[in-house]
Amino acid sequence: MPLLWLLLLILAIAGVGYLLGRNRALSSAGGEIRKLHSLPSYYGYNGALVTAVPAIIFMMIWLLIQPILIENRTVILIPDDAIAEDSTRDLVMSDVRRIAEGLDRLIAEGALSATEIGDLRTETTDIREMLGEVGVALGAEVQPAVLNAALSYRALRATSSMWMTICVIGVAVLGLAMAVTRTNATFRARNSVEAVILTLLMLASTLAILTTLGIVLSMLFEARNFFNQYPWQDFFFGLTWAPSFSGRGGGSELGIIPLLWGTLYVSLIALLVAVPIGLFAAIYLSEYAGPKMRAFAKPLIEILAGIPTIVYGLFALITVGPLLRDYFAEPFGLGNGSSSVMTAGVVMGIMLIPFVSSLSDDIINAVPQSLRDGSFGLGATHSETIRQVVIPAALPGIVGAVLLAASRAIGETMIVVLGAGAAAKLDLNPFEAMTTVTVKIVSQLTGDTDFSSPETLVAFALGLTLFAITLGLNILALYIVRKYREQYE
Amino acid sequence: MNDMRFTERNVDSTEIKIRAKNVDVFYGETHAIKGVDVDIPEKTVTAFIGPSGCGKSTFLRCLNRMNDTIDTCRVTGDIKLDDEDIYDKRVDPVQLRAKVGMVFQKPNPFPKSIYDNVAYGPRIHGLAGNKAELDQIVEKSLRRAALWGEVKDRLDAPGTGLSGGQQQRLCIARAVATEPEVLLMDEPCSALDPIATAQVEELIDELRARYSVVIVTHSMQQAARVSQKTAFFHLGELVEFGETGAIFTKPEDPRTESYITGRIG
Ligand SMILES: Nc1ncnc2c1ncn2[C@@H]1O[C@H](COP(=O)(O)OP(=O)(O)OP(=O)(O)O)[C@@H](O)[C@H]1O
Ligand SMILES: [Mg+2]
Repeated sequence: MPLLWLLLLILAIAGVGYLLGRNRALSSAGGEIRKLHSLPSYYGYNGALVTAVPAIIFMMIWLLIQPILIENRTVILIPDDAIAEDSTRDLVMSDVRRIAEGLDRLIAEGALSATEIGDLRTETTDIREMLGEVGVALGAEVQPAVLNAALSYRALRATSSMWMTICVIGVAVLGLAMAVTRTNATFRARNSVEAVILTLLMLASTLAILTTLGIVLSMLFEARNFFNQYPWQDFFFGLTWAPSFSGRGGGSELGIIPLLWGTLYVSLIALLVAVPIGLFAAIYLSEYAGPKMRAFAKPLIEILAGIPTIVYGLFALITVGPLLRDYFAEPFGLGNGSSSVMTAGVVMGIMLIPFVSSLSDDIINAVPQSLRDGSFGLGATHSETIRQVVIPAALPGIVGAVLLAASRAIGETMIVVLGAGAAAKLDLNPFEAMTTVTVKIVSQLTGDTDFSSPETLVAFALGLTLFAITLGLNILALYIVRKYREQYE
Repeated sequence: MNDMRFTERNVDSTEIKIRAKNVDVFYGETHAIKGVDVDIPEKTVTAFIGPSGCGKSTFLRCLNRMNDTIDTCRVTGDIKLDDEDIYDKRVDPVQLRAKVGMVFQKPNPFPKSIYDNVAYGPRIHGLAGNKAELDQIVEKSLRRAALWGEVKDRLDAPGTGLSGGQQQRLCIARAVATEPEVLLMDEPCSALDPIATAQVEELIDELRARYSVVIVTHSMQQAARVSQKTAFFHLGELVEFGETGAIFTKPEDPRTESYITGRIG
């Protein structure tokens, strides 16, 4: 039975559970809702949940374990001599899976019947060609042992999914029976539904944490491979970034300092642009602008946030870059390229304005009017009130907004490639071309890559470092916000 | 009403500090204050009493133009402070509010330290020449608001961390520190225990020597104890205004009588 049908069936049984639970509760109370511990619908939900949740969990576990067991039992069917010299058991196993899948397709298209498949022989049929027709391309002729393995693989899968259907339905019915027998007027259905909801919420939060953990672990794993091949001191303290492009290894200098410097420099300029403008815009919008102006200007600023960064990159490349070069860099003798840290920083700052302004605006609006009244009532002007009461009260939120913007700036790639170039350099002059960590991650992973050379693996070390930096930034933000809260709440 | 103890009834001054004539206030369509005339004398405590929602706070907020901060609010009529129309275009509401201070119905300490809360007004208006003077102003104000003893060891602690009643006294200290000529107090003792209430009432009496004080209260006893003049509001109208003793002993309007004897409200 296909999975979807099975799921629908479970839901149907759960529906029955809802009705039975509800009705049984009602009848046990003689139809008087007041005598029930919980509202009738809670008994219904309890019935449905107790029916569906264990069944679905059981099914998920089965689906996780089933492929592993079947693989193990199929793999022993392949004799050593069926494995070609330039191949491995894993590769043969993947052939087995593909043949099985191809056979499924043949049946689905009606080209073969189930019994005909059982009679297939490599000697009589060209299986490779037959499978090729349904879009399953195989690398070599199919050997008898491999075909056998594929057939037994299919058979095992069929039995297993049949048993799964039976067991899952059994669990669902069992759950239904249990829910119904437990239901009576004094059963605390409300509490048990609450408990299920609580578990659901907890699962969701654990999932988010586990994903983060998974990301970190996978990065750590690859980064460890890198550090096995390249000394960490040279990576963290190296002042030059010069990977050899041949990929043959050796001669590469992979120091992160120039990249970090570029990242921090560009981000700093971006924040210098975005924070004052964004904050002032937010103050104007929330404190001074009338409702009409607000309704008009706020969405307009937020449009900035919707522009794809590549478009900002183009803007940097063809407008801001040449402009800065012609009016600042060249007249002052600071440089003559249009790619510069300044270009990327300014454009990125423009991109970040709506982040800062929109969040700060919400936060400033959330400051209670009574605080403003208190200040006005003491004879303070509007701007004194904003500076001394509103902004300090909103500060934790504003710091959060700024750090969020900083994280965006550090992770930004497109604007840097187009605005600041891709040359790693350690320089103080903001009109020099420089580049950032993210740009180099991309360039090390594009083109011909060999996942065993340090030139490629360095991308993971760079990514991990970046992750550590943004994590540190977020922790700092939390710390500041919390400290501030403690002081003022 | 036997438990009422009246303070000396004689109004020390006959000079009028605030003269309100024919004041109407609208919140959008709601007519919250209807043609109110009140003269608030100098160096006197005037009490506003009346059932909840009758417009006491609204009228109080007119006297220092705090209603300007509410978009929907519209004030008409004529309010003069020292014979100068406070709604005149030439009057700076900021300047006005420095002269007419206010303690709000709900305590609203700033998210700053206790010290900075009290020092807020003096700093803005440059009342202290140096740190020592400022320290003095802060201490004196906190003492007057009967809060000094409780907070003198933790002036750096946040004002928002105080209890409700302490916050209310902090707001009183904050208003007093600015040395206003008129002090508007909107139920300043609503969250205070009898001891703190007595101390605040003492402060009000002390302030009377130099300023005029307007106090909104729901406690008849308090009105009788601290005020020399009482105004009774009902449904946006000023029903009766006169000497406190007269209002409480022989009210002219039947509504006033019902209210102070506990039949309206
Ligand atoms: N900001 C506002 N917007 C609209 N209507 C308001 C506003 N503030 C007060 N009102 C209305 O004006 C009327 C008078 O309110 P006000 O706050 O002056 O009453 P009050 O006498 O101070 O009452 P209480 O003793 O409960 O404090 C009420 O009907 C109230 O609903
Ligand atoms: Mg009020």
